[in-house]
Amino acid sequence: MAGIVGYGAYVPKYRIKSETIAEVWGEDPNRIQKGLGIMEKSVPAIDEDSATLAVESARIAVKRAGISPTEIGAVYVGSESHPYAVKPTATMVAQALGAIPNLTAADLEFACKAGTAAMQMCMGMVDSGMINYGLAIGADTAQGRPGDALEYSAAAGAASYIIGKNDESLAIFEDTFSYTTDTPDFWRRAKADFPSHGGRFTGEPAYFKHVQGAFNGLMEKMGEKIENYDYVIFHQPNAKFPYAVAKKLGVPKEKLTAGMLCPMIGNTYSGNAPLALANVLDEAKPGERIFVTSFGSGAGSDAFSIKVTDKIEEKRKSGYLLSHFIEDKEYLSYAIYAKLRKKYKGM
Amino acid sequence: MRKVAIIGAGMTRFGERWDKGFRDLVTEAGTQAITDAKLSGEEISAGYVGTMASGSLVGQEHAGALIADYMGLDPIPITRVEGACASGSLALRQGVLAVASGLHDIVVVGGVEKMTDLDTAAVSQILGGAGDQEWELFMGATFPALYAFMARRHMHEYGTTEEMLASVAVKNHQNGAKNKYAQFQREITMEQALNAKMVADPLKILDCSPITDGAAAVVLAPLDMATSYTDKPIDIVASEQASGTLALHDRESLTSIDAAKIASQRAYKKAGIAPQDVDVAEVHDCFTIAEVVATEDLGFFAPGKGGPAALEGKTKLDGEIAVNTSGGLKATGHPVGATGVKQVCEVTWQLRGDAGERQVKNVETGLTHNVGGSGATAVIHLYKRGY
Repeated sequence: MAGIVGYGAYVPKYRIKSETIAEVWGEDPNRIQKGLGIMEKSVPAIDEDSATLAVESARIAVKRAGISPTEIGAVYVGSESHPYAVKPTATMVAQALGAIPNLTAADLEFACKAGTAAMQMCMGMVDSGMINYGLAIGADTAQGRPGDALEYSAAAGAASYIIGKNDESLAIFEDTFSYTTDTPDFWRRAKADFPSHGGRFTGEPAYFKHVQGAFNGLMEKMGEKIENYDYVIFHQPNAKFPYAVAKKLGVPKEKLTAGMLCPMIGNTYSGNAPLALANVLDEAKPGERIFVTSFGSGAGSDAFSIKVTDKIEEKRKSGYLLSHFIEDKEYLSYAIYAKLRKKYKGM
Repeated sequence: MRKVAIIGAGMTRFGERWDKGFRDLVTEAGTQAITDAKLSGEEISAGYVGTMASGSLVGQEHAGALIADYMGLDPIPITRVEGACASGSLALRQGVLAVASGLHDIVVVGGVEKMTDLDTAAVSQILGGAGDQEWELFMGATFPALYAFMARRHMHEYGTTEEMLASVAVKNHQNGAKNKYAQFQREITMEQALNAKMVADPLKILDCSPITDGAAAVVLAPLDMATSYTDKPIDIVASEQASGTLALHDRESLTSIDAAKIASQRAYKKAGIAPQDVDVAEVHDCFTIAEVVATEDLGFFAPGKGGPAALEGKTKLDGEIAVNTSGGLKATGHPVGATGVKQVCEVTWQLRGDAGERQVKNVETGLTHNVGGSGATAVIHLYKRGY
């Protein structure tokens, strides 16, 4: 199967603390922090959107891949906050990278898992020989209705993967498996500013069912077991669900630690599992194995079994680690956050 | 008038039943009750079903015909009965009247509500219709607010405390933890109850019954025919109903529900028993304060003593009188139309000795107390073993 030739991740500089949001809505900050496990979340700057975040992360990925952007045969951008309803983010990204014009490009949407869907598409195209390199991106500046529980988690970030042949790869895809149904747990209608969700319905019949379905499906397909993996990533809509599903599946929680970003940056939606994978690749050693399960409302999960190769250490050096962006931060007041996220009526 | 007995009881698991629709729930409960009574469908001659707001909650009116159709009971008549949260007990009372009068022999009684298809705000608005739409709901008074008024006044007049209210929730969760049909099969601590999120001061989230899907059903027969179906018929020794003012502000007292007092006094008189004779009581604890008020209105404790009694454990499974052995509305859940019938199922199982881990010893007499709105309808039934 195909592999990861280069990767890059980016998180905006601004943060807002859960307690700052809780104060505005008269909520108990301890209850929020304990309930969701989110201490702060990333906030995009006034001049950032999903396209710019995608470009920031893609530049690092291309550099790590050590290829010319013109060698990229496909760009797929997964997001639920594409800047335009009609007009692709993928073309903006391709142009900014200098990958034009001999390539195919398109935008994807599948709530929080369009990024991993993009990875699977590139894997298929590389394996079939259609392209040499594909660029798969998960990028979002997620929206949460003011005062809604999602406001504590909806964050911004992006991760990019150059998918290519496995002999050039810093990590190879051993296998993938998806689990998908029509389950309306979270949605945003056309022209609506903010998404709606089914409260607790987003849990058991949505997140847990699909994550477990994909995880068990891939384990069964490969005849594998969790003991053979060094790192495990589950989609992180909050910091509680991934630990809860790990417990159900018998995954030791230590295996989740390296990929656990939600407490520090919130839920980056399409960027979620891809960013977590980037953080794991930032520390993984050759020969180590990673099991990733994404989740997108609506609903579906993609699971991947990934093995790190001896090219990881050399390639890692040529770009910023994700921790660089996570640690470089500036806190916002709610008033400034509300301005940046265009929450003032009349803006 | 003939004596009327319960010959079968059944219910669904209560909870967020995203896996089941309105018709699935009521059919499941009805089938269980009929199976429990060892009946065949042809023997049933009528049915009554309580549902408060199926039209608003799931868009389905005409529940009687739907049930007849989906349970394969057509062409027998099935009638929907509505009295807000007391709809289930009202359906039972219609069944009792039909059998007692000699009009019908075997009658099935159900209660059902499917509530979790809508969000909390929409459900609160719909439930508000159980009060006075023009004078209460329209002015912003939802049910948590109305019961909070009652709680505040009870505290003011009698010194009832938040701990006393919380102890009701703690006890009902203890019982619910032993009930496989309950929405919340887990215990809570006093600390959790007292520190829970505020809903309508002094009522916190753990003082409130939840939004629930579920259904329950029982089968009635004349007592003198009952033993041909079951060895353990349950005799309904009193069925009383009373009405009060629709709006809370029109009551003389906020610390008592007159309709419940009047209906229970009539029921005790009819059955020739005293409040102290009751061994198990399922009461309408839509909020913790409602259980405190109920235990006073029913004469189990003097006015103002319901709170201390709860705190002292007098209403626990092994207390002076076991109240809400099922877990009550608080822990079993409150699918409004189903609640009254669920109460009957629980008392039936307690009297038969079929209540498992939560079985109370030596149960001779049971009571159900089902209230609509803030007390505008109250329905009391008394039960004894019919064998």
